[in-house]
Amino acid sequence: MARLVVLGGGVSGHTAATFAAKWLGSAHEVVVVTPNSKWNWIPSNIWVGVGEMSKEEVTFDLAPVYAKAGINYKQAKAVSINPEGSDLVNKPFVTIEYTLAGREGMTENVEYDYLINATGPKLNFGATEGLGDANGLGEFTVSVCTADHAVHANEEFQKCIQKMKKGERQKFLIGTGHGLCTCQGAAFEYIFNIEHELNKAGVRDMADLKWISNESFLGDFGVGGLHMKSMGFAVSSKIFAESLFTERNVDWIIGAHVNKVEKGKVSYELLDGSMGEEEFDFSMLIPPFAGVGLKAYAKDGTDITATVFAPNGFMKVDAKYDAGTYENWKASDWPKTYQNPTYSNMFACGIAFAPPHPISKPMSSPNGTPITPTPPRTGMPSGIIGKAVAHSICDRILQGENAPLHEASMAHMGAACVASAGKGIFDGTAAAMTIYPVVPDFEKYPGTGRDTDYTFGEIGLAGHWIKHILHHLFIWKAKLKAGWTLIPE
Amino acid sequence: MSKKVEHNIKAYGNNFTTMTPGPFAIKLRTCKIWQFIRFIIINIKMLVVVRKSH
Ligand SMILES: Cc1cc2nc3c(=O)[nH]c(=O)nc-3n(C[C@H](O)[C@H](O)[C@H](O)COP(=O)(O)OP(=O)(O)OC[C@H]3O[C@@H](n4cnc5c(N)ncnc54)[C@H](O)[C@@H]3O)c2cc1C
Repeated sequence: MARLVVLGGGVSGHTAATFAAKWLGSAHEVVVVTPNSKWNWIPSNIWVGVGEMSKEEVTFDLAPVYAKAGINYKQAKAVSINPEGSDLVNKPFVTIEYTLAGREGMTENVEYDYLINATGPKLNFGATEGLGDANGLGEFTVSVCTADHAVHANEEFQKCIQKMKKGERQKFLIGTGHGLCTCQGAAFEYIFNIEHELNKAGVRDMADLKWISNESFLGDFGVGGLHMKSMGFAVSSKIFAESLFTERNVDWIIGAHVNKVEKGKVSYELLDGSMGEEEFDFSMLIPPFAGVGLKAYAKDGTDITATVFAPNGFMKVDAKYDAGTYENWKASDWPKTYQNPTYSNMFACGIAFAPPHPISKPMSSPNGTPITPTPPRTGMPSGIIGKAVAHSICDRILQGENAPLHEASMAHMGAACVASAGKGIFDGTAAAMTIYPVVPDFEKYPGTGRDTDYTFGEIGLAGHWIKHILHHLFIWKAKLKAGWTLIPE
Repeated sequence: MSKKVEHNIKAYGNNFTTMTPGPFAIKLRTCKIWQFIRFIIINIKMLVVVRKSH
């Protein structure tokens, strides 16, 4: 009997674990180690953050789902990996620390034959002074990155609405809280959902909305922007993004590294080296992401963290990490199998794998401050990669160690994204987009780097309907309800 | 609502060089019949990309 241990029960790890359990059956064991008792459909946290959904609608208990799937669920967080075992144990193992009520802090070594690291991001609030610290979110801004954060964000948002109703003007500042953030899409969704809710509450005229982000142009989204076919033109996402911001009367600051957050004020540095300050009454700033800080040890106890993980804490996989400067970047730098180059039974998927470099062209201010979006790994690629990795491992378990690995390069896959711009069955809107491939391939698609036959976007009520349907579909799938395998990632 | 969006443009400001939708384009965004048609078209386009990506 082989044992597959999956670290992280988020979008990518949950996909990998549930498919592996289905493909392996009861002859082999799948273990999931994840610190939360609930699964969260993170994209809908945006709606929790404006009071349009409750926490209960975007989360569900993992234990019954894993029991149904025959998965051994350990509510714990992984602390370290011993890929060669130790003096006392010959098999590789992971050291975990329980978060389960009643067992908090207890540790255990979980041996494995294969390991998937799908631990996602550490929300690195501590990287920006005042945005937070090692314990998480600070007191001056809000976040929608977790369901609990989003509940808190909505409480603060509702207070602002009450103030506006009493005639007090409010300033909203939404965007990224550091020069090296990713996930601009989430902030984009949040600012337009706020705008939509302010209209519904009849207080839009009492609010000033401003966007602040590290993108060098609006609509970069960490993927270097995209060109979409529209009215016979190949149009940059910059045009569409600027158009939407203008239509909804949202001003913007771009190319900004937020370096300090205080009560009601952020300080930032721009790509041209100038410094600025912006005041706010309500602010949601996405933190930069890092790996969750797993350590790795050799058999003799030597710290081999730097061998297994990149300096940002994400796990090294089959990517080309020495690609050099932007001019030398190629689509082929991106990983295909997500296998760790040192330990062939270890894989990483979703946000947990270390990308070879950003997708957007790296930029820095004349003071040397890097201000450039880091690459996003959104839901669809995270799910597809999780499934491909699970497939590879199941093949190796069932067919032998030499079974070929499945590939899922972000330079060969597309992504469908639906960015909400306001919730409402008849007055909601969302930008529905596809991008193909996610990582531009300028050799194959000279100029735009993407196939404009498969890269498109439009905003409207239809996009909102799709977003709402996807909310229910993905929760249905994650709960492993009838037909779950038919719903694509 | 005729030219309301144009009024958001600030001369020589951030948004002076962008395009803005007219009232018809904005109306279509939430026109139920048109959006139902778009719903079908967008779903087909997305499914094509999803198929190409798996
Ligand atoms: C507000 C917001 C909105 C978004 N909206 C969209 C959207 O509309 N569309 C889209 O495609 N994507 C969206 N995304 C991105 C999407 O959520 C991510 O792509 C996706 O969650 C990544 O999956 P993952 O499994 O890599 O990470 P996660 O889903 O974050 O899962 C990581 C898991 O690992 C667990 N973990 C952490 N530390 C440890 C540890 N030490 N040991 C074990 N487990 C650990 C975590 O608790 C978590 O369960 C959004 C993200 C945010 C923040």
